[in-house]
Amino acid sequence: MTKTLKGALLLSVLGTGAWAQDVTLTIESWRNDDLKIWQDEIIPAFEAEHPGIKLNFTPSAPAEYNAILNSKLDAGSAGDIITCRPFDASLALYEGGKLADLSDLEGMSNFSDVAKSAWVTDDGEHPFCVPMGAVIHGFIYNKEIFEELGLEEPTTVAEFYDVLDKIKEDGTYTPMAMGTNDQWEAATMGYQNIGPTYWKGEEGRTALISGDAKLNDPQFTEVFTELAKWGDYLGDGFEAQTYPDSQNVFTLGRAAIYPAGSWEVSGFNNLADFEMGAFPPPVAAEGDTCYISDHTDIGIGMNAATEHPEEAKTFLNWVASPEFSKIFANALPGFYPLASEPVEITDPLAAEFASWRDQCESTIRSSYQILSRGTPNLENELWNASAAVIKGTETPEEAANRLQEGLASWYENQQ
Amino acid sequence: MGRIRWHVVVFLAPAVLVYTAVMIFPLFDTLRLALFNAEDKARIFVGLANFKRLFLDPIWSEQFWNALANNFWFFLIHMLVQNPIGIALAALLSSPKLRFAALYRTAIFVPTILSFVIVGFAWKLILSPIWGIAPSMLDAVGLKSLFAPWLGKEEYALTTLALISVWQFVGIPMMLIYAALLSIPEEILEAGEVDGITGLSAFWKIKLPLILPSIGIISILTFVGNFNAFDLIYAAQGALAGPDFSTDILGTFMYRTFFGFQLQLGDPYMGSAIASAMFGIILIGVCIYLFGIQRRLRHYQF
Repeated sequence: MTKTLKGALLLSVLGTGAWAQDVTLTIESWRNDDLKIWQDEIIPAFEAEHPGIKLNFTPSAPAEYNAILNSKLDAGSAGDIITCRPFDASLALYEGGKLADLSDLEGMSNFSDVAKSAWVTDDGEHPFCVPMGAVIHGFIYNKEIFEELGLEEPTTVAEFYDVLDKIKEDGTYTPMAMGTNDQWEAATMGYQNIGPTYWKGEEGRTALISGDAKLNDPQFTEVFTELAKWGDYLGDGFEAQTYPDSQNVFTLGRAAIYPAGSWEVSGFNNLADFEMGAFPPPVAAEGDTCYISDHTDIGIGMNAATEHPEEAKTFLNWVASPEFSKIFANALPGFYPLASEPVEITDPLAAEFASWRDQCESTIRSSYQILSRGTPNLENELWNASAAVIKGTETPEEAANRLQEGLASWYENQQ
Repeated sequence: MGRIRWHVVVFLAPAVLVYTAVMIFPLFDTLRLALFNAEDKARIFVGLANFKRLFLDPIWSEQFWNALANNFWFFLIHMLVQNPIGIALAALLSSPKLRFAALYRTAIFVPTILSFVIVGFAWKLILSPIWGIAPSMLDAVGLKSLFAPWLGKEEYALTTLALISVWQFVGIPMMLIYAALLSIPEEILEAGEVDGITGLSAFWKIKLPLILPSIGIISILTFVGNFNAFDLIYAAQGALAGPDFSTDILGTFMYRTFFGFQLQLGDPYMGSAIASAMFGIILIGVCIYLFGIQRRLRHYQF
């Protein structure tokens, strides 16, 4: 054997030795929109600090995530780190022994009980995901169109419809960009967006859980009555308009207002070449308390069957650290870190959304905690009902009665 | 007797093992799983309770019957549109006077080899009220008023999807019938010609009766294919089979139930019950065909 060959062999042996020490953690997520941000900012920041641990971010499509994740977990092929949906979907995974108990993770002390609420057992004892981000609902609008038509941010419901009517009258732009094709946008950006104003946020949400309020009570039915009016402002063929269609219509400057969740901010910043503003869900009368949906949306936990629990915990502790919060809040404007230590948000639009936390009462989406545990699943039913009401194929009362009937069929407190 | 022909066993074994492992065993396991349910995380035997829920409990039965009715409509459109068009195309292609027959044959067959996902998304884009070319093309010939967001309206969505599927798969009956037509011996047609049967009447009186067995096979293939359909609806409308479940067929209903969707968690037991019901429906359909129709078809030998 020649010397060079020996040398090459030796080198390659040494090389594989060094490689073998590296542990690669695979991260499961539904945020396929964030792939670039993870690869460009979050992963390099972590890997620089923790040599020997590599991260591999492998997202799937949002609507299929739960289905794909569950089958992967059952088959034992899921990644080491699992991005957690809030509440029951993740609780079921924890109770099924798929997610590890994180009660002894040091980083957990950085979060308040409210922040942890979406990923903890019903008794509050065992957290199983590190809270990562919340999203806030409201409306994003095209400032240039508003200026051109001489419009101002509406604060009351009457002003809101006034603005919509003026845009419609002018005829150049679609007043509001939303479709009902994918159904979830009607419930999430419609019902859960303006809803808290009518059912008074946490008051109405907890009353539903305790059984003190019903989904066909006026404060809930009224939300559908409002949604039913939206159909007129959504533009031609909104019935077949998909979620990405709506995003495109708005960012191309063809629509004036976009009923939104703050998660749109980072995507829109890259696409829209006009200035954007945002206003919170309008209130009934000037000076009324405003309510916003400030939903605990993303957590991150550990696959109980991971082969690298120590490395996974190192990563989770880093996610719980202020350092991650800072990267996350600014790399992904529109997702608000849940850690107790406040983080400065530099993106103006994202900061606008966050500022409502000081003026308005916060709540989370009404159908997420406990109420979507049975069949029919309230969240999925809400999608369908909201879309039907906007299209006018179901009246607000019919929709509300149907939801209540479905919920009462399996939820004891509502029987 | 008594001598086992070992070479037969050896040659059959791989196929038997593979089919047992990937088809027969999973099938029976699905049927078995449909008889269980989870209670406090323990799997317990519940007999036919899952089926009782599926057929009688309003929450489940409404969805089930809706999906089944939609499935029948989906199948009916294929039978009434796809197969006659396929036969007509085959008849035209087999005409010796037609030039460029090979080109047409290929062009019509191409969509069949495309993936459902491509077909679903391509048509979704074509028909989109915002970006689609359908509205502007209709506008160009003055028929804009006919345009509607077809995939977004409860009344039209399922029919639209069925027609898209017809467009994609019309090549299959066409090829099968084409092959059957080509296999008809010249002597028979010539004998007909001598008796004065030519042109269209030759098709109706001689060719059609001879290809009836092929049409039967195509019908049963269409039936099995349509009642197992899933991909196109899923690609175009998602697992919720919107708008308002108007395009929900058994395949999408089972997918949603078995694997779960968005916040709804998967329920393998009810999912298996639906899968078993689908299996039963297809089995009944195939039996009706085999015993009711196939046995009455006369076969001709030349």
